Amino acid sequence: MSYLLIIILLPLLGFLINALVGKKLPKTVSGIIGSGTIFVSFVLSTIFFIGFVNGSQQKIDVNVYDWIALPDFTITFGLLLDQLSATWLMVVTGIGFLIHIYSISYMHDDEKFHVFFSYLNLFIFFMLLLVLGNNFLITFIGWEGVGLCSYLLIGFWFKNQDYNNAAKKAFVMNRIGDLGFLLGIFLLLYNFHSLHFGTIQTALATSTISHGLIVAITLLLFVGAMGKSAQLPLYTWLPDAMAGPTPVSALIHAATMVTAGIYMIVRANFLYVLAPETMQFIAFIGVATALFAATIGLMQNDIKKVLAYSTVSQLGLMFMALGVGAFTSGVFHVVTHAFFKACLFLGSGSVIHALHGEQDIRNMGGLKKYMPITFWTFLISSLAISGVFPFSGFFSKDEILAAAFEHNKVLWAVASLASLMTAFYMFRLVFLTFTGEFRGTDEQKHHLHESPALITFPLIVLALLAAVGGALGLPEVFQAKHFLKEFLSPVLASANHGGEGAAHEGLSHGTELALMAGAFIGALLSIGYAYTKNVSGKALPVKDEEQSGLGKIVYNKYYVDEIYNLLFVKPILFLSEIFHDVVDRLVVDGAVNWSGRVSLMVGGQIRKLQSGYIGFYLLAMVLSIVAMFFYVFIIR
Amino acid sequence: MLLIILLFLPLVFALFTYLSGDRYAKYVALAGGAATFVACILFKRPFMQGGLNPITYAHAWITNPAISFSLSLDGLSFMLVALTTFLVPLIIFTTYRKEIDNAKSFFSLVLLMEFGLLGVFLASDGFLFYVFWELALIPIYFIALLWGENQDAAFRQRAIFKFFVYTLAGSLFMLLGFIYLYQHVGSFSISALYGSALSDNEQSILFWAFFLAFAIKIPVFPFHTWQPDTYKESPSAGTMLLAGIMLKMGIYGLLRWLLPIAPHGVALWTPLVLVFAVIGVIYGSVIAIKQDDLKKLLAYSSFAHVGLITAGVFTLTREGFQGAAVQMFAHGFNVVGLFFAAEIILQRTGTLSISQLGGIRNVAPKFAACFILVVLASVALPTTNAFIGEFLLLYGVYEYNTWLAAIAGLTIILGAVYMLRMYQLVMLGETNSLTASFEDLNWKEMLVFVFITIAIFEFGLAPKMMMNMMQPSLDLILNYSLR
Repeated sequence: MSYLLIIILLPLLGFLINALVGKKLPKTVSGIIGSGTIFVSFVLSTIFFIGFVNGSQQKIDVNVYDWIALPDFTITFGLLLDQLSATWLMVVTGIGFLIHIYSISYMHDDEKFHVFFSYLNLFIFFMLLLVLGNNFLITFIGWEGVGLCSYLLIGFWFKNQDYNNAAKKAFVMNRIGDLGFLLGIFLLLYNFHSLHFGTIQTALATSTISHGLIVAITLLLFVGAMGKSAQLPLYTWLPDAMAGPTPVSALIHAATMVTAGIYMIVRANFLYVLAPETMQFIAFIGVATALFAATIGLMQNDIKKVLAYSTVSQLGLMFMALGVGAFTSGVFHVVTHAFFKACLFLGSGSVIHALHGEQDIRNMGGLKKYMPITFWTFLISSLAISGVFPFSGFFSKDEILAAAFEHNKVLWAVASLASLMTAFYMFRLVFLTFTGEFRGTDEQKHHLHESPALITFPLIVLALLAAVGGALGLPEVFQAKHFLKEFLSPVLASANHGGEGAAHEGLSHGTELALMAGAFIGALLSIGYAYTKNVSGKALPVKDEEQSGLGKIVYNKYYVDEIYNLLFVKPILFLSEIFHDVVDRLVVDGAVNWSGRVSLMVGGQIRKLQSGYIGFYLLAMVLSIVAMFFYVFIIR
Repeated sequence: MLLIILLFLPLVFALFTYLSGDRYAKYVALAGGAATFVACILFKRPFMQGGLNPITYAHAWITNPAISFSLSLDGLSFMLVALTTFLVPLIIFTTYRKEIDNAKSFFSLVLLMEFGLLGVFLASDGFLFYVFWELALIPIYFIALLWGENQDAAFRQRAIFKFFVYTLAGSLFMLLGFIYLYQHVGSFSISALYGSALSDNEQSILFWAFFLAFAIKIPVFPFHTWQPDTYKESPSAGTMLLAGIMLKMGIYGLLRWLLPIAPHGVALWTPLVLVFAVIGVIYGSVIAIKQDDLKKLLAYSSFAHVGLITAGVFTLTREGFQGAAVQMFAHGFNVVGLFFAAEIILQRTGTLSISQLGGIRNVAPKFAACFILVVLASVALPTTNAFIGEFLLLYGVYEYNTWLAAIAGLTIILGAVYMLRMYQLVMLGETNSLTASFEDLNWKEMLVFVFITIAIFEFGLAPKMMMNMMQPSLDLILNYSLR
């Protein structure tokens, strides 16, 4: 347990050092503190992970102290390390470490270098808390904490109010999801008097909780996941989040934070398998998001925006996997996606760095010969994300598609279509960026250079992982052992024994091989089409003002932001003014002032009775006595 | 006897402060505030173990009608006394930089108010409670009226006068309520009142007599219209006293004096109050989104927060009660932090208009960090004190009604909207002529924020001790409220 605490607390320590005294430290020291703490966490995580692999490590489930204690329930500050959290631990600290050292170079000229590192460390801290919490509320701390870091890092260059708007939007949209999450937590707490994962799982066996409640709980928790993992309809913050520095996009908005929703659902798999309706819904939302985002990705010209929509789309695929009960496949894709997407983002950062901030692929081209390492690593990752054999994405995506095929052919068809689009827009990106002639200014061309080793090293490592990461889950048809499936099986016990069944046991080998071959050929065809269009045909995307028809609508992301603005933002702002100017000022306060005036007026009238004439008082007295007699003797 | 010392220390120091003259008034007042805080901490021990263990003091005062000068300190009172005695010196400290006219009067009024507040939280005789209740109002009336900084004196006078009359009118209903009770029970003593058996009709009347007084003070929708202008027009120290401590009188009053005495009246009107409280949460939040005056924005935000606290109280659940108690405490610190930030901005730029500010973070990183911390606490980020409160409050509301909780829960979204918008417009972006030479925090200002930051995280990460201390008192109240 103490090592587990060290893993979590080291990043927090790094944050505190850089936040409090970082300004006085040289940048190198700041960078070493920031990266070093994560590195130690990574080493410790690796030890744990290896322990789990060879079976020497047991599950750790400890309560550090009582956090919120009431007579009816106690919520502890507790940690849980099992195969699932260990998997995430590896991804978060491993990729986290690579991105930290990348940032030492990438952010070197920024005056708030130490602030950047403090935020990154804080993010890792909250992310670790998220995956290591042993109950829903600790996970919720991490959940909101990473949201905060995301806010801070998207708006890192806070002089630009557009960036600040993007940051605020991310935070608010996440909060919408978080409300769902919180209500789900209330339902759980009310019905189980506990939020501890293990306790709830055990209690479910004997519980008389109604099916409808389980559906409600799982749906509400999923609303949280929609926000954090950018699913329809709460996805619009993620593309805007690209305003943050590129290492942030790689770490938070691609590899780790946005997968928190998937983590949470896999963690709560014992609830989800009891709610097939929710699973159906998740699969539907997932596949819809996958396709929707992919279509937008086809038309984007900002290198980071293409990657952002691709992330949304890939997350959609992962959710679809969860929805059809293929939890392992979802996790598998999280891992491989973390490799190749982090590599792609860091590669785009390398390009942007070399071009001094240029992000529009229409102004790039021909970078292959100037930045060979960036190019090759980017290419490998693109092949991986497109699902080309034998790169990692091929295996994880194939598993998902096969599981979908078994579950529902329509899901499979739509997801396959999204995958084809992915291959196309990724290679459109590769070709436009790296091949052909350079289309930027001479000034830029003059400065073109490969990035320094601190940047290329993480690229190489990630590209290697993206290439061979498929080994984590070799399919059964290859007569191989599916490492991840076996590894995670203790966590997914209830899911595997549930009706849904994990992955694609039911498919015949022939069908499976056919699906694989089909997906592979489809990916190659898409790439080929991208080649003919953007290399042989030398077609460039049109300028913004020349967009028209359907293309224009897609290019403008179906105007979803504008629609949300019209439906939600504008009415609330209008309401705010009405409430203040009319309801508050005129109605409520008007009533108060009116009652004040009335009492003044009444007082003013009554005051006249105090006239000072004894005769008047005597008269009043006599009349009163008469009235009293009249009342007492006559009326009664 | 020690209880008497605790209660009268501020009064004694108010006198010293006045006599010490303008030059030293601030220091004497600060010493008095600090001494009272130390005195308060001495009482902590019995409440640490849990259990009710009230410390009491009683002395016959008036024989007919029977009014006793009786005080009682239990876990709930202790937390509020601790909050008051901690915040008052802190608030005095926040004025260190200011040249205050007639400082001796100003600071002795602050201590006089502390005396009144402590009396309210300690009194266990209804009439005594009423006396302290009114006593607390008078100093703040003068502080707000005479030391307000707005140029438009006529507007200020109107606003403050309205606040005075409005809250006074409310309290008169409470006085009527107490007299009515005395006629039926024959005593003002809290234990006799808790034991009273009134008919449902009588309780219903009593409910409104007390509720009006408390609801105006808190304020609960729709009795809030005095509040934004008063917060805006008062000097910042006054606003901190009002929002940080004084409104807790109303919530405390609900818990201590209304719910256990008129449980059937409460049961009858609970649905109505809950709906209005939740309306206040949403209504205040929505209005806060478009406010341009920083202090008014914070006022509406505070109004929204106390709406949720009121809702928690009226859920008549353990979680709602505990949430309300925790949040009273958390809100006290956080709102003082927010208004202190506003005060710093006002002093350095001369304006509170959000649209005229911007870019302060460029030149004042320390201030930016402290400010965002209190903003995050105010939006109830987990690990902050307000998260504990808001979580329990919303859970309490959920136990009452799921849909009401979902609506009240919108506060976590709307709160983020108006707070982050405010922070963005004030602190982020490019500097302008007003903010370009914004001076960063000095160590004294830093110190205030350090105290508040400690409170934010201590009670956010380890609220258990505080909750344990209050649980027995709250359980007792809950038992009487569910009679």
